[in-house]
Amino acid sequence: MSPIPSAAQSSRIQPAATPPELLRNFCIIAHIDHGKSTLADRMLQLTGVVDARAMRAQYLDRMDIERERGITIKSQAVRMPWELDGTPYALNMIDTPGHVDFTYEVSRSLAACEGAVLLVDAAQGIEAQTLANLYLALENDLQVIPVLNKIDLPAAQPEKYAEELAKLIGGEPEDCLRVSGKTGEGVVELLDTIVATVPQPVGDPTAPARAMIFDSVYDTYRGVVTYVRVVDGALSPREKIVMMSTRATHELLEIGVISPEPLPTHGLGVGEVGYLITGVKDVRQSRVGDTVTNAQKPAAESLGAYRDPRPMVFSGLYPIDGSDYPILRDALDRLKLNDAAVVYEPETSVALGFGFRVGFLGLLHLEIVRERLEREFDLALISTAPNVVYEVTLEDKSVVTVTNPSEFPSGKIGEVREPVVRATILCPSEFIGSVMELCQTRRGDLLGMDYLSEDRVEMRYTLPLAEIVFDFFDQLKSKTRGYASLDYEPTGEQVADLVKVDILLQGEQVDAFSAIVHKDKAYAYGVMMTAKLKELIPRQQFEVPIQAAIGARVIARETIRAIRKDVLAKCYGGDISRKRKLLEKQKEGKKRMKTIGRVDVPQEAFIAALSSDSESKDKKK
Amino acid sequence: MAPALPDGDPAPDDGALPDSATRDAASRGFGIYLHVPFCTVRCGYCDFNTYTASELGGGASQRAYADTALREVELASRVLADAGMPARPVSTVFVGGGTPTVLPADDLVRMLDGVRGAWGLAPGAEVTTEANPDSVTPESLARLADAGFTRVSFGMQSAVPHVLATLERTHDPRRIPAVVRWAQDAGLAVSLDLIYGTPGESVDDWRASLDAVLATGVDHVSAYGLVVEQGTKMAAQVRRGDLPLPAEDDQALKYEIADAALGAAGLHWYEVSNWARTPEQACRHNLAYWRGHDWWGIGPGAHSHVGGVRWWNVKHPRAYAARLEAGLSPAAGRETLDPQAVQLERVLLGVRLSEGLPLDAVSPRARHEVAGLVADGLLDGRAALGADGAAARALLTLRGRLLADAVVRTLTD
Repeated sequence: MSPIPSAAQSSRIQPAATPPELLRNFCIIAHIDHGKSTLADRMLQLTGVVDARAMRAQYLDRMDIERERGITIKSQAVRMPWELDGTPYALNMIDTPGHVDFTYEVSRSLAACEGAVLLVDAAQGIEAQTLANLYLALENDLQVIPVLNKIDLPAAQPEKYAEELAKLIGGEPEDCLRVSGKTGEGVVELLDTIVATVPQPVGDPTAPARAMIFDSVYDTYRGVVTYVRVVDGALSPREKIVMMSTRATHELLEIGVISPEPLPTHGLGVGEVGYLITGVKDVRQSRVGDTVTNAQKPAAESLGAYRDPRPMVFSGLYPIDGSDYPILRDALDRLKLNDAAVVYEPETSVALGFGFRVGFLGLLHLEIVRERLEREFDLALISTAPNVVYEVTLEDKSVVTVTNPSEFPSGKIGEVREPVVRATILCPSEFIGSVMELCQTRRGDLLGMDYLSEDRVEMRYTLPLAEIVFDFFDQLKSKTRGYASLDYEPTGEQVADLVKVDILLQGEQVDAFSAIVHKDKAYAYGVMMTAKLKELIPRQQFEVPIQAAIGARVIARETIRAIRKDVLAKCYGGDISRKRKLLEKQKEGKKRMKTIGRVDVPQEAFIAALSSDSESKDKKK
Repeated sequence: MAPALPDGDPAPDDGALPDSATRDAASRGFGIYLHVPFCTVRCGYCDFNTYTASELGGGASQRAYADTALREVELASRVLADAGMPARPVSTVFVGGGTPTVLPADDLVRMLDGVRGAWGLAPGAEVTTEANPDSVTPESLARLADAGFTRVSFGMQSAVPHVLATLERTHDPRRIPAVVRWAQDAGLAVSLDLIYGTPGESVDDWRASLDAVLATGVDHVSAYGLVVEQGTKMAAQVRRGDLPLPAEDDQALKYEIADAALGAAGLHWYEVSNWARTPEQACRHNLAYWRGHDWWGIGPGAHSHVGGVRWWNVKHPRAYAARLEAGLSPAAGRETLDPQAVQLERVLLGVRLSEGLPLDAVSPRARHEVAGLVADGLLDGRAALGADGAAARALLTLRGRLLADAVVRTLTD
């Protein structure tokens, strides 16, 4: 029988009335596919929060996309009762996003906890993103509980990976717990360990209320649901609260805990984790990282560390059917309510028509947004090759921020700065050479290298983000037979020798294909793009040169030869209806073409030219 | 498999025409197309409506065909009279196929007599039959000429054996000079049909075919670029990779070679794919199609046009015969052209002719495109300005003929 607290014991751990010593806040740090959601499901079951029949696989991952991809985008917090040595406890499990693009959100989730379960697949070992989050947890002084999952797998090597974990976090390999989320083996022991080792939250119950927002989700029926961790004081229903970064005041319409459905409570006390509803309709009014306080008795200082989400990667999103533009606009407006990180503004492209330049946290964020737009709003979209943000200093010392390559200044340029990241790559040691070669061709600087175990190595590089955005992950995977994992975080900017390469069709610039690339790679990009377009653009009545140029200097050229024959030889048997209909069809086809100068280009050609890049993007994971 | 029939409106069982069809009828010529849907073998590239069996049953046998077709002649005569069409003698008759000459010459004569009986032939009427070089004799040709045929068009296709083999043509190319002579001796005007761009045909092969044509001294030549039509045996061969797809550039080159060689020999283009020694030797029946005149198409799958109404007959000879036996019109569907379609057809057909398309036939917007087409070398500049004495018109250059469909798209809204 599971150690679930009795009714009498439960009265001691009621929300808003649980002393901090009976609270344990923890998260699970794990790589995609390492079984975090399955383990969470098992915990919900063992603590009696969800019974087996009601158990929906991966209960915590709400959105379809998350369930399909097996990753968690939005974190949530579940309150679970547990009993150890006759004492009841309330455990708050805070789910964390597992991907590089959401580092800031992860850091806020970690800041809401005192402990972290480091969950590693016993057949695969730790991955780069997990390692990055582990370092984040260690920096936050979290109590880390190393756990090897999937020990039921025949391929599991718990001894090997226990040693690896021990080396990473200190301690002995024997301290590493071994569980199977699938069978439930070891999960009770894990829950006991959490209670026994994770420190209790510490805060001042008499101080003015301060609660940190670690997640904010838009719900169609309730408006924005904000997840908070109370640090000092307490929050109660109906009181007026203030968001300390914006000074916006709201009334607390509802406050409660998730167990696993929302359960309104009389409030939340020190160390507790739960949700707030204020009736706001936009997650921007309730931002992750912000501090909530009481309007009548406000705290003097916020909890700090609030940061506006900063888009790192931009891409043009265009409806394939131009008449879908208003739908795309509405879709982005709706999506924005639920995603404080997405920014966009309208733009037009000669090649693609009306669309939006959209800023994302990273490539996965881009992919998720695009997929949500397509799925939830039934849109067919084309996205331009993603690019990073450049700071261009002109000769007159004025600075231009470029989020779209076609807006790169054409005049005299002083210097161009590009974002750089610190990348961590974990891979089997046999691939060190291949990885180094790849990073060198991508303008990387090796910062250091460590052996995690005899045959696994951690390599740290400084790399331009632009190089990572351009199919780096695919290349890394293919050069390491899928064994390498990658994590990166922005570390600043650097001056680089960057140029804008334009693609010209019969002398006319095709905006969608302009790219900002390193000088040494401009030629390769030009050759690749001109050759690709030559394949895709149908022959015209005249010869069409396709050129790649830096400013006025042409660096690559292809020629589409003029079409020589476009006539049906025969109008036989008097079947003129057939021929007329054929011409009508051809004319319809011509209407759907985009005209660049005098060149008619089918939309499909642009899409094909752009999608070979996005295709490789889709292969990620 | 013959090409699919167009989509259209249902045709009335009695074949009755709307009143609009008779409007201005006196200003249009009237012709008859007679389709003979039989061949001895089916060529791999052919997608025409033709059958090789001599017994299709149900009144559709080759033997019974002439009588079946004559029933449609009767029906046509009745429908036109009922519509109030003014009596117009037939100015051109064209017997096509299939291979008309697989039928006994007497059957062809009987059908022509039926046409003559129904409407009469205009003085100097042009009466053409298509023929395979291996299905005529001096006697059969003389019989046709005696009965009123004035012209024969031989499906020569090529003079080169391996090209004919790829096309699955059975005739011996060495027979061509002889059959041309027989026809000329019988008093018939002769046209030779060629196909260029057959897979495996070299440029020299094509020159050899042109030389062979010119050596006969004929006054009319048609040359068609091979089109691999969906549903043909050749399309399957191309799909399997057994034959390469004809290359457009190769066809363009061969067209230019043909135009140069024929021109040098005194044969001038009067339509994109047709050359004649003098304007009088052009095929008047085909010109009538391009000029938007009226014609009635007799036979399964045949198309007709009368006063802005286009219709087409059921495809299979058996279904065709059954409809006529039941006293019904064999039309499978039809369409009444709206002004926009009339305009498009006028441009797409008229621009193919060396007489050119009068520019007042195109919209003001399209007229703005003329200068660009002249600049691109697709239209003749003098003709476009009316500087050569005639009315301003769109006249294709040699390059323009090869890009005629692009010109049509530009000149229509």
